[in-house]
Amino acid sequence: MKVTRRQFVKGGVAAFTVTFAAPEFLSDLARAQGAHVRNLVVLYLSGGNDSLSMLAPYNDPFYASRRPTLAIPAGQVLQIGTDSSNVALGLHPRLAGLKQIFDQGRLAFIQRTGYANQSRSHFTGTDIWSTADPNNAQGLGWVGRYLDSLPSPVDPLVGWNTTGSLPHVLQGHTAVPAIASPSSYAFSSPNSGAEASAERATAVRIASHVPVDRPELAFVYGSTQAALATLDRVSTVASYRPSPAYPNTGFAQALQAVAGAMTKSIGTRIFYVTTGGFDTHSAQNVNAANGAYSNLMGTLNDGLLAFHNDLKAQGLLDDTLVLSFSEFGRRISENGSGGTDHGSASVMIAMGGKVKGGLYGTAPNLNMDPKNPTLENSNGDVTYETDFRSVYAQVLDSWLGTDSTKLLGGNFRKGGIGFI
Amino acid sequence: MAGSDRQIEHLLRRAGFGARPDELSLYGAMSTTQAASALVDYDATPDTVDSKIGSPGYVGTTVTGGAFSPQSNINHARQRWLFRMVHSDRPLQEKMTLFWHNHFATGYNKIAGALSAAEAARYMAAKASEDPGQVRGQIEMLRDNALGRFKDILLAIAKDTAMLVWLDGRTNTKAKPQENFGREVMELFTVGVGNYTESDVYAAARVFTGWNLQRPGSAADGSQHYEFVYNAGQHETTAKTFSFAVYPDGGKTIPARSAADGMQDGIDFINGLASHPNTARYLATKLYRFFVNEFGAVNVTFVSRVAQVYLQNGGDMKAVMREVLQSPELWDASAYFARYSWPAEFVARALKDIGWSGFSVNDALTPMSNMGQILYEPPDVSGWDAGQTWFSTSAMLARMNFASSLAGNQKFNLATAVKKANASSTPEALLAYFVDALVTAPMDPSVTVELSNYLHANGAWTGSDAQLQTKSPGVVHLIAGSPEYQFV
Repeated sequence: MKVTRRQFVKGGVAAFTVTFAAPEFLSDLARAQGAHVRNLVVLYLSGGNDSLSMLAPYNDPFYASRRPTLAIPAGQVLQIGTDSSNVALGLHPRLAGLKQIFDQGRLAFIQRTGYANQSRSHFTGTDIWSTADPNNAQGLGWVGRYLDSLPSPVDPLVGWNTTGSLPHVLQGHTAVPAIASPSSYAFSSPNSGAEASAERATAVRIASHVPVDRPELAFVYGSTQAALATLDRVSTVASYRPSPAYPNTGFAQALQAVAGAMTKSIGTRIFYVTTGGFDTHSAQNVNAANGAYSNLMGTLNDGLLAFHNDLKAQGLLDDTLVLSFSEFGRRISENGSGGTDHGSASVMIAMGGKVKGGLYGTAPNLNMDPKNPTLENSNGDVTYETDFRSVYAQVLDSWLGTDSTKLLGGNFRKGGIGFI
Repeated sequence: MAGSDRQIEHLLRRAGFGARPDELSLYGAMSTTQAASALVDYDATPDTVDSKIGSPGYVGTTVTGGAFSPQSNINHARQRWLFRMVHSDRPLQEKMTLFWHNHFATGYNKIAGALSAAEAARYMAAKASEDPGQVRGQIEMLRDNALGRFKDILLAIAKDTAMLVWLDGRTNTKAKPQENFGREVMELFTVGVGNYTESDVYAAARVFTGWNLQRPGSAADGSQHYEFVYNAGQHETTAKTFSFAVYPDGGKTIPARSAADGMQDGIDFINGLASHPNTARYLATKLYRFFVNEFGAVNVTFVSRVAQVYLQNGGDMKAVMREVLQSPELWDASAYFARYSWPAEFVARALKDIGWSGFSVNDALTPMSNMGQILYEPPDVSGWDAGQTWFSTSAMLARMNFASSLAGNQKFNLATAVKKANASSTPEALLAYFVDALVTAPMDPSVTVELSNYLHANGAWTGSDAQLQTKSPGVVHLIAGSPEYQFV
């Protein structure tokens, strides 16, 4: 329970737009004429991803010695070359789809991303990555602030959160609908016909009487109003039936809905998806075919590959950027439970038609030399090399076309990681 | 329900899950002080609620194939808990159990993955009396200790089978200390983030080395089960020093002990955490948000006073809750409807307000999931985010849609009740009846006008059975699905 987090609204919804003019459905036509939009899909790997098992420095002798059961043997990794520090890197064997995308130059790994004195708490860590503000991690989310910066009126469907509740990264004064499943996003009634219509019309009218002097109640009015205002457009997405079908995981189904929203051109540009289970303290089982970490990578790989291939077929890949984050990486040495404890810097992924694929930043050197600059915490954890806000800055500046210094409260622009 | 005491309803929304008609009569005859005492001293009320499951006159449960088995089937366990929320005559015990469930948030799925679905339901929800190995699941332990001493609850949690799987204590050994429980016991269960250091986490992990599981009993008769064992051979025996006082004399170091005596490390540490002033404040803050007021800043006077009561009474939660339920902050007018209801609160209260006869709590489980709350499955060890987080668009739709399905299910009962109350003659009479039955945060007159317009829509008012069976569920749907009804 994050008490202070609730305070973020404090009248925020008072600013909620009561009369939004429905967007015109010109996008299909516009797209046919060559117009492009820029969609951002924020992907949260929940629990703290063990990036050393995702992107393995398989030739580092300390990788094997510090992870006697978890290290992926050199013969098993999917080799993708060396980074600028000449460290050979390989993907987890279950990431064959990501390797395909990498080989096509549309996938980037930004290594050793994090920040100084990185929190090892799931909750504080997630708050910091969500707000991009280590000093005030209870503030609004960085994507929420971006949405707040858009000129009004803002379409109530500008954002689409595929989880059931609002993630911190999207918190802002702009309400973002949570649409876990487009098909169940509907208004039901105990009656039918004219009575059901009358109920719905009444609910819509009630929701229009936002009590601006009661901010907590107004927040619930805002959610109600946004739900009722978006139902019909969302229902068009429920009919999206891509071929080939996406895998039957929650993650892949969420991505299918995202692709549906893009394909049906309902106006949404910012999406949030998540896949969890990365808090692998025990039985991480990196190398077993159906081990815990292999399954995590399988879910990630199969979902992203289906999404990538679908977007490519629809001509939408160039319009889309997927950016991943996780609250922390994990401890370098495995623990006694065949798992890894909370660590520090990690790896971010960017995927999209305009992404300049490749390996950015440098891998950590895992040796136990006390002077090893790439490690911290008595060589237990990976030290960050690229501030995660530099990655966000690039997304804001180069993809969303806004001014990152305003939204991030400082200049975090950094050379050498130009993945867009 | 007309003319009922709004103060008692406020108390029962907070200390319980709203008010059934019989609860209103019972507590309505008392002063608020008497009612608060009666709620806290629930031991005086027989605990017979489980024996009512499946009886006529109570909300239903649904079992597909086999018997109702909450000790081994998590779906049944969820139904049993919802049943208790609606029908228990010890409402505060159920409310505190939910508070502790959120506080020591343990999720069924990880345990099911590690053991099995039936085993996970067992370690979460079984009652000792119904288990061949006398296993008492985590939530039953919390229920039994709902108003016990916090240090006893904390020790029981540290030895709880589900917790030992959930936060990996079962694999915490001398050679490789496991930090998961050591971190969360400070961050989330006691002193709170910012009041411990990373090296405290490593020390806490070492304190609990050897707090593992064993598996006694016989597979043949079903008594075989996992339970806590102190595994002396896996305990790390050196001294552990913390950045804060563990002992009453201010001592920060748990001394080196022999392996045989090493379990005392954990007991010392738990007692130290439980009596830490930051724990008192951390709990008082959570109690304020859960029982008193979620709006605005936390009331520091309340927190200081309740923390003091906690410390003076050795962490006795009964003394603490007696203070909370009689606190001026709870009874201040600004506290009325100053909480965003949790899905469990919304569902149980809607059942009490709208009716339950002929409804199965099984039909509330998927809606609750869509509202963001699955009992026995908090999203992570920090519990549910609560507050505004409950009110995403899809979660609000899920609430409106649950109100719709329950109102539709109860349409005959609702129409009958309206006639019995002589409230069928005009739309205004019907509206007045339901606005009184489903108490909400104050509604703006413009909202009431919309409800009235709905009742007038689609033809003249006749008060016929058919019309009552249409308009009653229709307006109940709109009221229970209104933003105002979502507050408690």
